[in-house]
Amino acid sequence: MINEMLAYFAQGANWAGETGIPARLGEHLWYSFLAVAAAAVLAFPVGVFIGHTGVGKVYLVSASNVLRALPSLGIMTLLVLLMGIGLLPPLAALVLIAIPPILAGVYAGVANVDPEVVDAARAIGMKDSRIILQVELPLALPLILGGMRGAILQVVATATIAAYVNLGGLGRYIFDGLALYDYGQVLVGAVLVTALALVLDGLLALLVKAVSPARRAIAR
Amino acid sequence: MITFESVSKLYPGGTQAVTDLDLQIATGSFTVLVGPSGCGKTTSMRMINRMVAPTGGRVLIDGQDVADIRAVTLRLGIGYVLQNAGLFPHRTVLDNVATVQRLLGLSKAEARTKAHEAMERVGLDASLATRYPAQLSGGQQQRVGVARALAADPPILLMDEPFSAVDPIVRLELQQEVAHLQAEIKKTIVMVTHDIDEALTLGDRIAVLAPGGVLHQYAAPIDILARPATDFVASLVAKDRGFRTLSFETLTGLGTTALPVPDPEGIIDMSALSPGWSVQVNRDAGTAAWIDADGAVFGPHPLVPADASLRTGLDAVLASPTSAALLVDGTGTIGSYFTLADLGPLLRPNEQARA
Repeated sequence: MINEMLAYFAQGANWAGETGIPARLGEHLWYSFLAVAAAAVLAFPVGVFIGHTGVGKVYLVSASNVLRALPSLGIMTLLVLLMGIGLLPPLAALVLIAIPPILAGVYAGVANVDPEVVDAARAIGMKDSRIILQVELPLALPLILGGMRGAILQVVATATIAAYVNLGGLGRYIFDGLALYDYGQVLVGAVLVTALALVLDGLLALLVKAVSPARRAIAR
Repeated sequence: MITFESVSKLYPGGTQAVTDLDLQIATGSFTVLVGPSGCGKTTSMRMINRMVAPTGGRVLIDGQDVADIRAVTLRLGIGYVLQNAGLFPHRTVLDNVATVQRLLGLSKAEARTKAHEAMERVGLDASLATRYPAQLSGGQQQRVGVARALAADPPILLMDEPFSAVDPIVRLELQQEVAHLQAEIKKTIVMVTHDIDEALTLGDRIAVLAPGGVLHQYAAPIDILARPATDFVASLVAKDRGFRTLSFETLTGLGTTALPVPDPEGIIDMSALSPGWSVQVNRDAGTAAWIDADGAVFGPHPLVPADASLRTGLDAVLASPTSAALLVDGTGTIGSYFTLADLGPLLRPNEQARA
């Protein structure tokens, strides 16, 4: 099986054209990017609002847990039955799994900013929008990026399901391989997804480290 | 003029933080709100810049109800110093100090120029400008907090326990600097502290608040010490009360003795005061060293300026091996000395206060 996988990788034809490995990789990244971007657009304002005002924080945990408990494949299948084949059903399923980590990161980042710093900002004459943009978000950046990192990893790993409803991405190898009993090809998909996830995680870890140097903590 | 008109603050839980407070804070004065924790001193102060809204009464600045001024506009005109400085950890020292000017619409370059000036005024080295707050000591952070509050040159400065988080030596240094600064810039300063010593040292008016935000006395420091209005005030100033009163008394009427002429080496023979003793003055350092019969040197001891407080004079005498201290008169001449016996007639400040 491993040999079959290596043979697949070794064959030049598998690296070219619309169904080649680079193209599949590109599709996979594109779905992931769309899903994370959409989730960020939805989760950011909510997280900032709850973190800044403290209003509704009791609902945050239960809502996140509900979202996390939703089966992605089930959601996608349901949406396909309702809306037909297309990009939207898998995207919606991916967005739903990306929202909880982003929401948690943004909320925790904003809510954990030293209340004295926020009080100082308000007392010297900053209005709320400035406090959020100039104080809370910059200080929340490490936790926000941490949340984004979690979301990206989960989405990249889960984006394989797009292939289940006849779309592209690295899931193509897995579902095609399963249909043809070609486990070497299944392994090709699995290895590529894993490698992609690890590389992205490493890059994001570096980014998180770069924005959270020691200077961000006030020495007491 | 900041006026509190029967101001009350009742929190939803039923806690009465401030009770029917009437207070008039004169423009250019240094007013200290002092009292134990839970006496509503910080709450009262934060009503001036609308960080707390009163549930009863009004707070006026120059006759205008602060509730009628837009909160952001009001706060931009009032400097605010917090206990732990409350600096922005993600901004450099310079940008922290420049914050208010930036909010007022100045360009980055103009704001930074003003910020440099403010840093200089509070004794912060220019080399610290590019540091981040976490790289500074507690005392330096507090200076940055003061510089940030002063940078926009607001007429009013609010300080919330500004020195309670730094060590005693730095605290003394900062207190002296704030006192100097105030003599120079003449802001209307309102400071909150639980430290009655700090209040007596810095304030020219002190408001003593008891738990529940009840005002017990509002007076000059000497009156707080000499004539506490209630038992509560008396208990607050009980420690070293008589001794502290001496800080507000002068050396006026002090009987002194002329110093003998010094020998060519600058040594003054003091055997008339105490057999065998002599004294040598170090003009540049403002000190004197006492020398006993065997040539052993005691010092340096401070010279006492004629306008010093009675407390300073007494302390100098008590610390001197001969129970005498040299006096520097108004023209800088060191021509006389005084002893514990000379201070005796002055050591009845309370009698004078009563007279």
